[in-house]
Order: sequence, then structure tokens, then C-alpha cells
Amino acid sequence: MSRLPEAVEALLEAALVAEFTVLNERNRPVVHPMLPLYVGDGRIYLTSSVLFSRKLYHIRRNPRVALSITDPIAAPVERWGTVTIQGEAMVLDEDPHAGWLWLLPAWARKEPDIPRLVKNRWMLPLFWERAVIAITPRRIFHWPPGGTGDPIVYDLTEG
Amino acid sequence: MSRPAMSEILAEAQRRTAEHPFAVLVWVDESGYPMHRPVPFEVEGDTIGLPVTGGPLPPEGAPVAVILSRIRPRPQGGYEGRRYWTFHGVAHRQAGRLMVTPHRVSGWREDELPFLALCERAVPQARRYFELLSRIHGRPIRPRLPLAGMLMRATRAPFLTATVIPVILGAAVAFHEGSLLVPWLGLTLIAAALIHLGLNVSNDIFDALSGADAVNPSPTPFSGGSRVIQYGLLGIREMALLSAALYGGGILLGLGMVLFRGGMPLLILGALGLLLSIAYTAPPLRLAYRGLGELAVALGFGPLMTVGTYIVQTGRMGWPPLIASVPIALLIALVLYVNEVPDRAGDAAAGKRTLAVRLPARWLAVIYGVAMAAVYLSVGIAAALKLMPVWSMAVAITLPMAISVGRALARFPEQPYALIPAMATQIRLHLYAGLLLTTSYLLSRWLGPGGS
Repeated sequence: MSRLPEAVEALLEAALVAEFTVLNERNRPVVHPMLPLYVGDGRIYLTSSVLFSRKLYHIRRNPRVALSITDPIAAPVERWGTVTIQGEAMVLDEDPHAGWLWLLPAWARKEPDIPRLVKNRWMLPLFWERAVIAITPRRIFHWPPGGTGDPIVYDLTEG
Repeated sequence: MSRPAMSEILAEAQRRTAEHPFAVLVWVDESGYPMHRPVPFEVEGDTIGLPVTGGPLPPEGAPVAVILSRIRPRPQGGYEGRRYWTFHGVAHRQAGRLMVTPHRVSGWREDELPFLALCERAVPQARRYFELLSRIHGRPIRPRLPLAGMLMRATRAPFLTATVIPVILGAAVAFHEGSLLVPWLGLTLIAAALIHLGLNVSNDIFDALSGADAVNPSPTPFSGGSRVIQYGLLGIREMALLSAALYGGGILLGLGMVLFRGGMPLLILGALGLLLSIAYTAPPLRLAYRGLGELAVALGFGPLMTVGTYIVQTGRMGWPPLIASVPIALLIALVLYVNEVPDRAGDAAAGKRTLAVRLPARWLAVIYGVAMAAVYLSVGIAAALKLMPVWSMAVAITLPMAISVGRALARFPEQPYALIPAMATQIRLHLYAGLLLTTSYLLSRWLGPGGS
């Protein structure tokens, strides 16, 4: 998988929150605020606690998802504008206890307190049983700073 | 939901997400993917107006969602005031704008539903997901914890201060009279701790069987049990084995101390303590269910442990440890009392008529105040009568902590999560007061009863 446009990578690496949408059984969008993780392999990763796992059912049924980063304070890279990414998601949950821990360094870069909380996971055990959602981007819509009209569109399905 | 109510929700959502310049418009596009578009927004009564130019747009009449959100990181870590609203409606074009009149709203406001409560409400969802995972992957998959964490959680080991204080206080009283056998003190601590942890585990088993923990809508880190059974971390059978092992170890050590140090008086005290610990939640007595939990805890973690330790140290019975145990017995009973307040709804639903359940909400702080006054008075009177070292009056420095707990009980008797700091304060109050009392006996031995 190739890397994403520089502005999009910068947003993904900085954002503390993204709007993440899955489609329910009636094909209606269901939106969740999620912390996006990017490790440079062209895919976007999210981790979802089993406590809030309804979205995982929806992805299994319909993997088409979208994710956007729109909040300039929660994503402190205002000069990069806002972005929406459409793609296919895959749920990786064979080992909810430890199967997501490889993403911990990327998570800790955004929330430095997280490793300490994971170390004390006995205090909130089910929250730390997590699935990984891996999103393969198909189309990216990038609105440069101040722009809310026509976005720059990157179609990644073409090669 | 009626339209006026929706307009109020919209107005509040707009006001409380003011720092975020965009709403996010969400729909399903012609290729079947969800699409997001960040757009400025205006609220007009019960309608959201989205001035959009160019770019991808939902078709006229398409179902859409509009997200308003706010999340702000704290410099020291974590977030403050997380909130988001998802408004569902249909998009219509009107004079260069998209108009959405929501018919449904969902979301989360952390100030209304704290994160811990949100997690607790979602436990059945997590349990169902583990069942699905087990089916998908063809093997049992359940939540896990590392062994140390599991034991910490299942036994509620952080509450061991309740045992440590009466034991070291009993040893300090013995030291005050010239006896201190450190190895026996170590063994006493281990035996008492094992019985205490066994009690915690058996308490969870019986509360799980009665349904008291399952129906508790607002467990906190200090109340509502360990929840390892409700979370699927351990089963009843595993907990029963753990409880039996802990009790077994404690009883064996206790018998050794009876044999070599305490004789019949220690056997009687130990048997009484064991009986109280089992009868606390186990049928037929179920003392905690009858409003007698505080009394059982006061006796077990007060005079029984303090006097028992004194007997092990000195080989004899005596009044001084009994007198020393009075304030800490009251304080540990108050730890339980304060911790029962958040559980009132769940306990009442399960027929667990604790003292906090039996009292009207407005009386909770009053009773607490009276009992705390008894703590300080008992120390003052005992010190004045020279039944305790004068140094023990230092316990008075914990008064501000007691006042803060009393105020919290008066302000938040029906708000479980607002009481979390008060519960932590009461536990520290017992710990600090116990350490001050213990130190007073040591100082009195070293410096003389009046400090001269």
C-alpha cells in the first residue's frame, strides 16, 4: 500500500478525534467519534473496545466506511484543512486482549498516558479488550484550509 | 421527541460545540459508501441550515446525519467535557442551503453520563461480543487479565488497609506495654489479610447469586463489588475456589497462632471473626442485607483484629486494645457506609437493605456527621481519661477530610459518580487516623505518655 498525500498523513498523525461512520443493517450511517492511528503503511487504524462493539457487527456485514477529521483544535494542524476518507474496513479481533497492543506506540504518541493505563488494565478490564479496525482508503476528499466547497479528490482505486 | 424539545437540544448542541467551526454532514453516496462533508452550520429553531457550495452533496430528500461534537484534551492527559450529538433527518435544498429538520437525536454527553457509567452500561454488549467471537473463531474467547491484575481485582486487594490498620494498632498497643514480636506480627498480618480477601471474594459470590451486583446500575471503583463475575473474567466456581484457598490459608495460620501464642481467647475471637465474615453476605444470616453490615465490619475490622493481634503479641487479654479499637471500628464502618450510598438503587432492587438503603437520602450526611463526631469524641475522652496516649489527639487533624465527606453526602446522595472522591477520602481518613493512633502509642512508649 502506497503512502497517502502529505496533508492527509499530517492530519491523521495529529488528530485526537475523527468522525467514523459505518452503515447499519438499514444502510443508514451510524457515526462514532474515534481516535485515528496512522503508522505509515497507507492504512488507517482504529481500536474499538468490546464494550462499544456494535460498530464491529456493522463492519462485518458491510465493510464500507468513512472517516473525517474536521476539528482544528482536536487536530492541531489547522493549515492542513479537513479531510474525508472513504474505504473498506476489516475487523481484526482474534485476540482482543493483546492483538491490538502493536498499535500502542502510535496511540501513546497522541495520548502519552495510555501505556500507564494499559499497565493498570485491571482497573477497567473490558475497556482494554479491543478489536483493531483496519481501513484501506479508496477515495480521499481534502478541503484545504478555509475551503468548504469543492475538495481535492484522490481516487486510490485506480492504482 | 416533540419539536420544541428538538429545538432546545439543537440550541444547546450549538452553544456547547461553539469552538468547533464545522458540523459534519453524513450520507450514503451513489457508490454505496458513507460520505462526510464538513460544513459551517446555523441552527434555526428545529432546523439545521448548512450553507454549502460546490462539492459532493446528498441528493434531494436523502436521509442524512449531522454531527456536532466537542472534545478537548487536558494538558495533564485525558479529556474534559466530551460530547457529541448525531441529528438524523432528511436533507432539502433551499436558497443555496441544505436544510435538515431532525426527527431523531443520539449521542453522548460526559457531564450527564460519566465515562465509567457509559462503560458499565455497555457490559452486556461486551459479553455478547465475546460470545460472537467464540462462535466465529471456533474456540472460547473471554476477557482476560494478567494473574497479578486478576488477583488484585478479584480480591479487591487495595482495600487491605482495612486489615493493616487494626493489626498494627493492636501491635502498637502491645509495644506500648513492652511487647513486640515482629515475626508474629508479620504472620498476623498475613492471616488477617487472607481472611479479609477471602471475605471480599465470598461477598462477590453471594452478591452475584442474589443479583445485587448485576442490577447495580452505577458501580464505582470503591463500590459495587469487584465485578469479575459480571465481566466474565472469572466464573462463580473459580471465585469459590479462590475464596476457599484464601480462607483456608488464613485459618491454617490462625490455628498456628492459637496453638503457639493465643490459646482459647484467640480461638474464640478468630472463630467469631470468621463467622462474621461468612455471615456478612452468606445465607441464612446475610448481615449486610439486614442493615447490620456496618456492625459486622466494625466488630471484625475493629476490636476482633486489634485485640486478637494484642493477644498474639502479649499472650493475654486486655482492655487497652479494645479501647484503642473503638475509633477505627467506627471509621471502617463509615467506609462501608459511604461506599453503600452509590449502591443504594441496586441494593434496594436486589433486596439488600443496607443501612444506606434504609435511611432517607437527607439523613445520610446527618448520620455520618454523628458517627464522625463519635470518632473524635471517643479519642478525646479516652485521652482525657488517660486511656489513650495524649498524642492520639492528633487524629483531630483529619477533621477537614471528614467535613468534605459529609458535605459530599449532603450534596450528592443520589449521584453515585459524584461520590467517588468522597469514598476515596473516607478510605484515606481511616488510614491516616489509624496511622496517627498507631504512632501515638509508639511515641508514648518512646517519649512518655504526655510527650515529656
